[in-house]
Formats: sequence, C-alpha cells, structure tokens
Amino acid sequence: MSVDKTTVAKIARLARLNVPEDRLEPVANELNGILDWIAELNEVPTDNVEPLASVTGHALPMRDDVVTDGDCVDRVLANAPEGASGFFVVPKVVE
Amino acid sequence: MSDLLDLSAVEARAALDAKSISATELTSAYIKAAEETASLNNYVLLTPDHALAMAARADEKLAKGEAGLLEGIPLGVKDLFCTTGVATTACSRILQGFTPPYESTVTANLWAEGAVMLGKLNCDEFAMGSANETSAFGPAINPWQSAEKIDLVPGGSSGGSASAVAARSALMATGTDTGGSIRQPAAFCGVVGLKPTYGRCSRWGIVAFASSLDQAGPFTRTVADNALMLQAMASHDAKDSTSSVVQLQDVMAAVGQGVSGMKIGVPREYVMDGMDPDVMALWQQGQDWLRQAGAELVEVSLPHTKYALPTYYIIAPAEASSNLARYDGVRYGLRVEAGSLDQMYEATRAAGFGEEVQRRILIGTYVLSAGYYDAYYLKAQKVRRLIKQDFDTVFTTVDALLTPATPSAAFAVGRKIDDPVVNFLNDVFTVPANLAGLPGMSVPAGLNADGLPLGLQVLGKPYDEASLYRVAGVLEQATAFTATPTRRAGGAK
Repeated sequence: MSVDKTTVAKIARLARLNVPEDRLEPVANELNGILDWIAELNEVPTDNVEPLASVTGHALPMRDDVVTDGDCVDRVLANAPEGASGFFVVPKVVE
Repeated sequence: MSDLLDLSAVEARAALDAKSISATELTSAYIKAAEETASLNNYVLLTPDHALAMAARADEKLAKGEAGLLEGIPLGVKDLFCTTGVATTACSRILQGFTPPYESTVTANLWAEGAVMLGKLNCDEFAMGSANETSAFGPAINPWQSAEKIDLVPGGSSGGSASAVAARSALMATGTDTGGSIRQPAAFCGVVGLKPTYGRCSRWGIVAFASSLDQAGPFTRTVADNALMLQAMASHDAKDSTSSVVQLQDVMAAVGQGVSGMKIGVPREYVMDGMDPDVMALWQQGQDWLRQAGAELVEVSLPHTKYALPTYYIIAPAEASSNLARYDGVRYGLRVEAGSLDQMYEATRAAGFGEEVQRRILIGTYVLSAGYYDAYYLKAQKVRRLIKQDFDTVFTTVDALLTPATPSAAFAVGRKIDDPVVNFLNDVFTVPANLAGLPGMSVPAGLNADGLPLGLQVLGKPYDEASLYRVAGVLEQATAFTATPTRRAGGAK
C-alpha cells in the first residue's frame, strides 16, 4: 500500500491542510517511509483478537441529561478571530 | 538565595510551616532563578506578578495554619494546561493569542493545595516530539552539558518542564505523557518523572493530543517530592469520562517502605540492538541494588514489545488528526484569510501547524480514511490488546518491572536526522506503558561516560503507583544521585 502524489493531495484535502504542489512528492516519500515501517504489524496474527479502544476496563459513566453549563457567550467568543452580535464570523458560504 | 533553591519540596514545606522561610522569599528566589537561566528557553511565559500574588496568599494561609499540601511551592506548568487568563499555546502558532477562560482540573487542584505558578513551560508543538525541537518558541535546552559544551536537548515533549526542574528554575513542574513525554525528558535531565495510570489525573483542560494515551504527571527532583505532587494533582473528575474513581494509595508512605519481598521483573525484550553500553550497565546495576534491598529479580517476557512503536504511530496520529480538527481559524487562535471557507481552513492550518504536526495529521487522516481503516487502525487496536495482555500476564507473577528509561543519554540540539522513524526510537521503552495504560516512572540512576544523566524506568500495575514509589525510593537511596547540571541557577554559567 504505497502512497503517491494523488493520495497525498486527497488526504491533505480531507485534513484541510494546504500542501503545495512541490511538497506532494516529498511528503509522499516521508509517509511511505513511516507506512513501510508500520507494515511490520502484518506479521502479528490477530484473527481472533478484539480491538482495544479503552484501557480503563470500566464502562463510561452516565449522568442525567441536564444542562450543566452555558449562558457565557462572551467567554465563548472571547478568543474568536472574528465575531459579531454574539456569533462567530466566517467567510461567506452562501452565494 | 542558592540555599533556598537547594531545598526539596518536602524540605521547603517543612521550612514554610516552621516559618523559617516565607512563600514570598521562596517564590522570589525562583523568579530570579528563572530569569538567570533564561538562555535555556525552558519557559515560554513567566508570570512573576501572578506568582508573587499567589505567594502572598500562601503566606496568609500559612500564618493562619491553613496550609495545603503544596502551600507556597513555586512550580512551572507545561504550556499544554489551560490556565485562566494566562496565554496557553501548546507551543503552536495556531494557538497564538489564545487566553483560556477556564482552568484545567490538574492545575486547579494544584492551586487549591496552595501551589504558586511561576509561568508556562516550553514543550514540543502539541506534545509531538521527543526533543522539544518542534516548539514554535524554539528548542528548550538541557542544563546538563558534556565536555564539548554543546547544547543538548532536554528530551520531549515535556522538555521545558524537565529542564526547569533540573536547572532549579522551578521546584516542580507539570508534564504530560502520551508516549514517554514525561519519562524520557526526566531521564535526559536527571530528574524524577511519573506518568500515572491512565485515568489517575483528569485530562480536562489539557490540550488534547491522543486522548486514549494522554496522561498528566509530576516532575520533581526527589522521589518524595514526586509523591507529594501526585497527591495534589490526582483526582476523580466528572468532567473527564475516563477519569478513575479508584482511590490513590498512600504514595508518600510508600517512598520509604523498601522493596523487601517484592518480585520485580526484567523484560528480556527490552535489550535492544545498538543500545548505549552505559545504559546496559546501569540497568544491571539497578537490578543489583534492588536485589541487595531484598527484592527478588526475575526475567520475564513481553513478546509483543517490538510492535509497540508501530502500533503507537498508528493510534496516536489517528487520534491527533481527529483532535486537531478543532483548529479551524473560527473559534480561537490563528486565522489566515483566504477566498472561501475551505480555503481559509486550509491556509490557516498550513500556516499554523508545524512540519511534524502536519505529518502526523496526514498519517492519521490516511490510516482512518475509507479503505485503510481496517488495515491500519483496527489492526493497531488489535495489537494494542496483545501488548496489554503481555503486561496483564507478567503482572500475575511480578509486582513491578525494571527497564532502562531511554536507549541513550541526551543528544545535541539540531542533530540532523532525515528519517522520522529514527526519532521515534527515543520512545521505544516508554510507549508500551501508554498503550497498556500503566503507570511508569523514570528515576535518575547515574551518569554515562560523558557525565550525562541516565534514568531507569519502573513500570507497575494499573492504579498501583505505590509499588513504583517503593522501587523508586530504593533506587534513589542506592544511587545517591547528587550530581547537578552546570547550567543551573546558582551554578556555573
């Protein structure tokens, strides 16, 4: 499973990262180096092994479905690069 | 002044209680120390006014006899912990100008126990690195030097924390450990660093890297100080759903308990090709010390050890790519204007994230993408279970494990390595504990032929930090590690 320029462009797009055209090839080479090394895992038999997502061994706790936070628009917006009238401002998305 | 800097936290607490020193005096000495060692670049932000105000409050508490566990103890905070009203950047350009309106649970716990914040400490960008060289603020420097007097890395990602504690510009410091980011820098800088059991310290308010692996822990100069700081940091927190309800043991008492009757495993797979011979010798020495103190040493096997690093380099980037999706130029931090919304996202993230972070986001996105998820991510999660099972099995027969902390001592800043995989090898002994959720501790245990510190690592069962402190306490006594780095506050230049 080797990564080429087209694949790098595709995953860069998925990750919303602008990777310039002249960097696609070098990045593909770097990623292939890492992926070749990771391929070592294929020698481990895992047919009857359950994937491990959490090491804690306990189920996630439940709590009552009630509002515990809120009413702090100013604090939420305090770090926004651009805000107006209690909203985040983004470039125009609707023509 | 230098006398104050030589006190351990336990000694300083006793002196504060006895009123032979004040929190303001101690804090002032550390502010001066941090300024004196500024060339080490271990702080990215000093907050002296804040520190003096906190010290004054501590002095009032001390006068009233209401001292907390860490009343009046000046410490540094890795710049990954959100601190109310004090800039927090994860040492990334993308969080430029971010001032959290909230406090992380761990730091809130420390302040509640009377600790004093000296400032925010340098680290690898988003904690991704093992040398503190990916920081947007430039590398932090190790206060230790070899005979050539070249700048050495403090390790990473918590490089600023380890450097500051070693240089006596903080009495203790917080760190986080996702694949070794506390234990490896602790070893490189000759200080004590603990990664607690996953879930022991709340992750709430800590900038996330890989959520199933991240854990906060203490950096200190002595083992007893470390236990003291852990007591203050650890808590069950409803705001972190993976936070544990299991009560912390009496870790302070454990420090002096000795290892008589303990069974300690030595994993044979931790002997690696090309390991520094000084590291091998020290590991052997550590086993001898523990045997002399009454422990039984047994060889054990953790057959999947060699697969831990490749497993980690699938799981950690996958979780990181998901966690870092939130940096979008809309809600906080950097924004680079570009035509459309998507172009703004892409331009902002390309300008805001450094090279290593971008590489890991791309790897993570790839291994999670349609068609590759099973081959990479699911495969890694299965191998992760096998790695954890290896530990579960050995811990049915031993109480703790002894391993080297790192394959070598600290290396030169700017060491050019084209292959990212070579850099990953720094974490070969530390990563397995993160994958299995186990507590792990690095204890300074000696110097190599170049006069640089080396550490031994103790690994334990989940929620059994006490056994780590018992072993670490014995190693500390046996080592009698009194060497100090040249570039420390109050030392030579």
